Amino acid sequence: MADYDDIPTLKENIDRATVDSVRSLDVDKYKYGFETDIESDMAPKGLSEDTVRFISAKKNEPQWMLDWRLEAYARWLTMTEPNWAKVHYPKIDLQDMYFYAAPKSTPAPTSLDEVDPELLKMYDKLGIPLKEREILAGVERPKVAVDAVMDSVSVVTTFREELSKVGIIFCSISEAIREYPELVQKYLASVVPVSDNYYATLNCAVFTDGSFVYIPKGVRCPMELSTYFRINEKKTGQFERTLIIAEADSYVSYLEGCTAPMRDENQLHAAVVELVALENAEIKYSTVQNWYPGDKDGKGGIYNFVTKRGDCRGDNSKISWTQVETGSAITWKYPSCILRGDGSRGEFYSIAISNGYQQVDSGTKMIHLGKNTSSRIIAKGIAAGFSDNTYRGQVSAHAKAKNARNFTQCDSLLIGDKCGAHTVPYIESRNGTAVFEHEATTSKISDDQMFYCAQRGLDEEEAVALIVNGFVRDVLQHLPMEFMVETQKLISISLEGSVG
Amino acid sequence: MTTPILEIRNLHARIEDREILKGVNLIIPPGEVHAVMGRNGSGKSTLSYVLAGKEDYEITDGEVLLDGENLLDMEPHERAAAGLFLAFQYPIEIPGVATMTFLKAAINSQRKARGEGELSTPDFMRAVKTAGTELNIDTDMLKRPLNVGFSGGEKKRAEVLQMALLQPKMCILDETDSGLDIDALQVVSKGVNALRNGNRSMLVITHYQRLLNHIVPDVVHVFSDGRIVESGDKDLALQLEAKGYADFDGAAA
Repeated sequence: MADYDDIPTLKENIDRATVDSVRSLDVDKYKYGFETDIESDMAPKGLSEDTVRFISAKKNEPQWMLDWRLEAYARWLTMTEPNWAKVHYPKIDLQDMYFYAAPKSTPAPTSLDEVDPELLKMYDKLGIPLKEREILAGVERPKVAVDAVMDSVSVVTTFREELSKVGIIFCSISEAIREYPELVQKYLASVVPVSDNYYATLNCAVFTDGSFVYIPKGVRCPMELSTYFRINEKKTGQFERTLIIAEADSYVSYLEGCTAPMRDENQLHAAVVELVALENAEIKYSTVQNWYPGDKDGKGGIYNFVTKRGDCRGDNSKISWTQVETGSAITWKYPSCILRGDGSRGEFYSIAISNGYQQVDSGTKMIHLGKNTSSRIIAKGIAAGFSDNTYRGQVSAHAKAKNARNFTQCDSLLIGDKCGAHTVPYIESRNGTAVFEHEATTSKISDDQMFYCAQRGLDEEEAVALIVNGFVRDVLQHLPMEFMVETQKLISISLEGSVG
Repeated sequence: MTTPILEIRNLHARIEDREILKGVNLIIPPGEVHAVMGRNGSGKSTLSYVLAGKEDYEITDGEVLLDGENLLDMEPHERAAAGLFLAFQYPIEIPGVATMTFLKAAINSQRKARGEGELSTPDFMRAVKTAGTELNIDTDMLKRPLNVGFSGGEKKRAEVLQMALLQPKMCILDETDSGLDIDALQVVSKGVNALRNGNRSMLVITHYQRLLNHIVPDVVHVFSDGRIVESGDKDLALQLEAKGYADFDGAAA
């Protein structure tokens, strides 16, 4: 037996779990499509300077923050929506949208016991553990600290006490603005400038909540940190803002998950995420994005227009993005790395799945500024149904980026013949010593593969799940272990009804 | 009389407008190994695909019973769970899926379809190891993606390994000798022979007699122009080897 011990059996069990879960669900059923009936405190509809003031006041923000928001708002008024992405949608009416919605509960809960039981029930339904005691009692799951954000506010953050013992700050961004203004002022918009792009600037003006993480020098975060974003209210936009700072020689692994109820309207999610890694620090950021994708005819779904960027500010720092994108009607998202520190490294591992009428335009930017910087991009796009799936990526080396290295691999898998896969790489080098490699493939699940699997006893859904999981294997292994099972299930569910 | 494992009655099939199977009749009782020989293009491989349920073919007449059950009513994956196994002439590559993962998925799907419980991981490992050793299949090969970069011999050994683990009632071996050197042929044949027993039947499709020196059939059928034109014992294969197929072409007319 000894020589067989090293074969991972977990994955095989997962494959079974995947298939079982697919079976247990009806086709076209989005698992997280329920709505929770919670009384909400909402801003008046529409966007104006008053909306910005309303949000800031709701959050009890200091004057400097309000000023900063108003400046961003003024700048945003002069900007126009970008149109270079390969996505099509009717004009978004920002005046027909709510920019702030918060579960009504007064005063703000200080412990889990004070949180609205309806809310706890909702997160329970989503499979997100918020009760520390129960998590501690469980022996199977490793500990994960969670910040739960519903609509515009952070509902609860778990394990804060334990984290604070080693000096780690994990709280909502609203709280950080009040409690740690010097850190926020130093780092907010230092990676994604206020004027970066239309949606990022809008986010600066109206962002409502998100997570704040600070890892002190030399600390290795003892558990996974994660944030779950949930849009619950109708006609509500979610403007999430996340800031993660890893001081020198520190390490943190962070995961975000996203879901929303099924609605026949389109809802906007425009987030900004900034990561700062100082000398020798490492940040691993994983996303499992499962926003409601719309129904089978393409009605409804979330518009996910997100700006995510990491700054490898210190020498030998490392930032790694891993994303699994299965949801949203439209995804417009390019988690990027600025490789500023000498010897810094950026990684981007992506699985983007589109089915039905989903549109995905996603990829990354690796900006090599420092010497001996390296980056690696592995992007797997899977298109099914009538969807469109585009990888858009930029790799650049500036004049001082001596010996910059990049390896890019973009693979597309098509299921059926009504979908599209596109790869748009931009590569520029201003340094003769840079070496950039780019590989791309496009393939289809062939009838022969399906027949072969069937001959061995696998039905169509099992066969597709197996083949797709094989296709994305080298990305999946970069996800934190405890999320792999969920992710494999998610992949299969997203592809339901894509064959036959 | 005991129920035959495979019974084919007047089977007609076509692809697009071309009729390929023109009235195949064949009965294979439990435990027997039958060989089907015929020249290229006679429809031998089509017969194996039609039995396994490949979509491209349209059945225009006839019926097929697998251990008394109507095979043609079943989906391809149901036929597999019912005990039909096809060892492919050209096994298909499944990139990124470790051979081990594939084997386990296949076994458990079939068990589930038959209402049996899943095989535990230790039991599965033991079964793989036992079967693998006989076929000179080591752990490294099982970790590689199924059939990707496999040599001709490795592919055929992997097919027989699957056959051994899935324990089918009816094995169809389509040109299993193609792409094999003599050493590999011996290993594969040994693996196949080890699976012969009183309940399991086999249909060995080949156009060379040499395979039948290793896997000795109980009955040999000559296939020509979409049907069986002659049947006999293993000496018929030697006769064919000596004289060629020309003598049998007339019989098909």
